[in-house]
Amino acid sequence: VDPDSASRFAFFMSTLRTHTFPACFDSLADIGAFVIRAAEDAGLDEHRISQVELAVDEASSNIIEHAYGTEGDGDIECTCRISDEGLTVILRDYGKPFDPQHVPEPDLDAELQERKAGGLGLYFIRQLMDEINFEFTSGAGNILTMVKRKEQRCE
Amino acid sequence: VEITTREFKRCVLVEVSGRIDSNTAPDLADTLDAITESGNYNIVFDMSDVDFISSAGLRVLIDVQKRCKRLNRGELVLVDVPEQIYEALELAGFLPLFRLFDDTTAAVGSF
Repeated sequence: VDPDSASRFAFFMSTLRTHTFPACFDSLADIGAFVIRAAEDAGLDEHRISQVELAVDEASSNIIEHAYGTEGDGDIECTCRISDEGLTVILRDYGKPFDPQHVPEPDLDAELQERKAGGLGLYFIRQLMDEINFEFTSGAGNILTMVKRKEQRCE
Repeated sequence: VEITTREFKRCVLVEVSGRIDSNTAPDLADTLDAITESGNYNIVFDMSDVDFISSAGLRVLIDVQKRCKRLNRGELVLVDVPEQIYEALELAGFLPLFRLFDDTTAAVGSF
């Protein structure tokens, strides 16, 4: 079997669910519920489901705050792909492109009074998901793809 | 999200149930700001019914802790922290910055 057709077959066998939410903080609970349901159906354990919930909440909040810059200025399109491997969550927005390279790493060891209150969102997403990928295309918006596997892959 | 507060002799107990995300974190901030503005800097935060907290909620906790601990005038302590919230605190590097208690009686009694 050539690997290309094998991966096409795997994609075909996976289940896709998409829902579009208004880009408002009010939507965060609904986005969470939508993704939790998919994560349960993908067979993720409780711990991994809560990690996905947090990562998706951080990513969605970033879209509202940074890509759109304000509430109610567009949509967040959320696609969940359930496969044998686990769950892939794809968030698409049509706001400003966002360069993750320009986000400084938070200082996790600073003294209390020197702690910066922000900057944790992207760090959380990176720590909580197994794979993440950002794509920015003019016209097609920003696409963030996040993968959570059912089990840790040996590397 | 539901927030209730109860005043004790030496501290204020805050109980929250539900989600603390970018949508509801401002409500929590308002409640905690009102407490510190009235001169109370010893705060016990009962987290047993908090279902979820994002970095927006953690931001509120760190801001309040900074204010409380300044001039050694008080402290924000956390009670009955659910597992997934403990993980978020750990990931954020916040564990060294907050005392954690198993129950409110012990936390209230610590002041």
